[in-house]
Amino acid sequence: MSRYRGVKDIPEEEYVAPGSALCAGCGAEIIARHMLKVLGRDTIMVNVPGCYAISTLFPYTAVKVPYVFAVFGSGAAVAQGIRDGLDILREKRGVNNDRVNYKVVVYVGDGAAYDIGFQSTSAAIHRNLDFYFVCYDNEAYGNTGFQLSGATPYASMTSTSPPLGDSVGNEYGKKDIFEIWRAHRAPYVATISVSHVTDMLNKFEKAKEFRGPKLFVALSICPTGWGASQEDTVRIARLAVETGMWPLKEAVYGEVKHTFIPRRLKPVEEYLKTQRRFRHLFKPVRRDEEISRIQREVEEYWRRVWEKELNR
Amino acid sequence: MSRNGGMMLTGNAAAAWGARVSDVDYIAAYPITPQTEIVELLSKWVSSGELKARFVEYESEHSMLAGAGGAALAGARAFTATSSQGLAFAFENLYAVSGWRAPMVMVNVSRGLGMPMTLQVDNTDVLSVKDTGWLQLHAETCQEILDFIILAYRLGEDRRVLLPVIVNMDGFFLSFTREPVYVPSVEEVREFLPPYEPPHGIAFSERELAYAPTIILGHSYTYFRYQMHLAALKAKEVFYEISRDFEKIFGRSYSPVEKFMLDDAEYAIVSMNSFTSIIKGAVKRLREEGLSVGVLKINMFRPFPVEEIAEALRGKKGVAVFELNLSTGGGGIIYPELLKALYHLDERPKVVLDFVGGLGGKELTYGEIRYMVRRVIDAYRGGEVSPHATLLFTEEDTRRMIADMELAGKSWGGF
Repeated sequence: MSRYRGVKDIPEEEYVAPGSALCAGCGAEIIARHMLKVLGRDTIMVNVPGCYAISTLFPYTAVKVPYVFAVFGSGAAVAQGIRDGLDILREKRGVNNDRVNYKVVVYVGDGAAYDIGFQSTSAAIHRNLDFYFVCYDNEAYGNTGFQLSGATPYASMTSTSPPLGDSVGNEYGKKDIFEIWRAHRAPYVATISVSHVTDMLNKFEKAKEFRGPKLFVALSICPTGWGASQEDTVRIARLAVETGMWPLKEAVYGEVKHTFIPRRLKPVEEYLKTQRRFRHLFKPVRRDEEISRIQREVEEYWRRVWEKELNR
Repeated sequence: MSRNGGMMLTGNAAAAWGARVSDVDYIAAYPITPQTEIVELLSKWVSSGELKARFVEYESEHSMLAGAGGAALAGARAFTATSSQGLAFAFENLYAVSGWRAPMVMVNVSRGLGMPMTLQVDNTDVLSVKDTGWLQLHAETCQEILDFIILAYRLGEDRRVLLPVIVNMDGFFLSFTREPVYVPSVEEVREFLPPYEPPHGIAFSERELAYAPTIILGHSYTYFRYQMHLAALKAKEVFYEISRDFEKIFGRSYSPVEKFMLDDAEYAIVSMNSFTSIIKGAVKRLREEGLSVGVLKINMFRPFPVEEIAEALRGKKGVAVFELNLSTGGGGIIYPELLKALYHLDERPKVVLDFVGGLGGKELTYGEIRYMVRRVIDAYRGGEVSPHATLLFTEEDTRRMIADMELAGKSWGGF
C-alpha cells in the first residue's frame, strides 16, 4: 500500500526554504524539496558544482539540513568518506548521537552523474555504499549556460550543439543511466518526475528500506535552458511522461517495474513543441525524419514494456 | 625486533607504522609505485585487527582524497598516501580538503611526473602542490617519516591550524631503504596526540553546518583564503610548541630547519629530503679538505620558514642550493623562496647559486657536491654568478646518454 496517495499525504515539513537564487520554475528545487520531506532532517546533503549550488551561496543557504560542497566529480567519493567516517566514529570511538546515523544524499545534476562524476559514482555503487544518489537531470550543463552533456537527448539544441546548417542539434542519443546503474545490481534504482509527486515520494519512502546504493534520476525541467515558460514546468514534465519519453520505473535488485504505464502514448511532438531547444525540428521547415525517429524509439521502448508488464 | 630497540624498517613501513601508532580511524587507498607498500601494510593490519580502523580502496586518487577528506570532515582521523601521478590526479581535491579545514595526513612518496614516465624520484611532484593549503614536512630518514606523521596530526589538528599536512619521502631512496626506526607504542603516542574531536566536524559540531558554500563576492573569498594563509603561518609557531612536547615524551626534537656543521661554516649547502644524508657525508669530507662548509636542511616547506633560514644563513659568504626538482623554464623551486628569506638581510650571503641534480634518481656524487661548493667559493671571489640553475650532469652521465642514444638509433648532439 502506497503511503502517499494525494496532496493531503505530502509531509508538511519543509527543509528547503523559499527565495533561493535558483531560476523560477527550476525542477531541481521541486525535487530537493520533496526528497527532503521524505528523508527528513537527519540527512546530510553532498552537493557539487551545478545549478543546485545556487541554493547555498555564502552567507545564505536555502537547505535546512547539513550540506557539504564537493568538487564536480567527487560527490559520491565524498559521500563514501562521510558515511565511513561516521560509521567508524560510532563503531570505534563510541560516538552515539543522531549525527552518526545521518542519511547521506548526493544531490547533483546530469553533468556530475553521467559525465565527470560517472567513475566515482560507479565505484561507490560497486562498493555497495549505503547512500542516496539523486540526479536532477536537466539534460545539459545548465549552470554554465546549457552545453551538451551525456544526458542531452537526440536533436536537442544546446550552446555546444547548435542546429545550424544541416546539423540536427545533438547528434548523439541520451545515455541510459537507469540501465547503467541497474547493471551494477544496486538495491534500488528509480526514475522520477516533478509531475508525479506521490510516485516520487513513495519511491523515496521505499528506498529507505534498502541498505546500499539508492539511485534516482529525475527529469528536471529547466525553463531557462530549454526555452520554456517557467509556469509550465509541471505541465512539461507530465507531457514527458505521457508521451512516453520519460518512463517512470524502479528496479529492485535489478528487477524492473514501471510505476506508471500509459495505455496509449501522446505524440512526442506535444512535448517537443513546448521547448525552444527543439524548435528547429518544426521551424523554418518541419523535420519529419528526426521527429519520427524520436517517436519510433519511444514506441519501440513501450512495445517491449507492454509485452512484458501487461502481457499484451 | 624490539619496538624499543628500533626496528629495521623501509621508509614505506615507517610511514605505515606512523599511521598505526597515530591510531588513525580511516585509511583511503589507491595503489601506485613506489607508495603501494604503505597501504598494503595498513590493509593487512586492519584485516588482522591489529589496527582498529576502516580501510577503503578507492577507484582513483581523485576519489581517494575526496573520501579521506570526507571522513576527516565527519570527524575521523584520516590517512592516505600517494606518489607523483596520483598526487597530480588528486590535485583539485587538495584544495577541497584544505578549504574544508579538514586536517588529515597524506604521505607522498616523491616520484617524477610523466611524460616520460618514470618510477624514480623528482620532488617536482610535491613542490607543485605547495600552494594548495596543505602544510609540508620533508623527511630525510625513515625515523623522520614516522615522527613527522605523528607531529603532522598534532599540528594539523591544532585548533589554531586546522589544515591538512603532507609528509614527503623520496621514492626508492627512502621508500625501499631499511633503517633502524624507533617505533613508539600507541599509548605513548596517545599522550602526545589525543583522540581527534574537531569542533566543526559533522559528528561533533554544536550547530548543523553548511560546509564550504559557494562564494560569489571578493571580500568573503579573500577573507577565507587569507584566514587559511594566517593559519598556515601560525603552524610554524605551533610546531615549536608541539616539538617541545614531542621531545619530552620521545627524546627527539625537530625544528623547521636543521643545521649540520653550519654555525662555524663560511659557506652553506641548502637541501631537503633524503639526498641531504649524501650531502652531509660529503661535507664531512670537504671539511677534512679544509673547505669551510655546512648544511642547512629544510624540514618544513609550508609554511616556509623564512626567519629560520635568514638566521641560519646570515653572514655566510655563499650558499649553494641543491634542488631535486625542476620547474621547466624557471629552474629550481626552492631557490626563489630562499632568496625571499635572504633579500632583506643586511648581512645576506654575497652569492646564492642554484643547482639541479639527482633527477629521476640519478646518483649524486661526491664530485658534484664538491663542484657546487667550489663554484660558490669561486663566485664569492669574483667568478661567474648566474641566477639560472646549473645542471649537475657528470661525464659518466654523458657517456651513458651517448650509448643510450646510439642504441635508440639517434645521434647525440648534446643538450
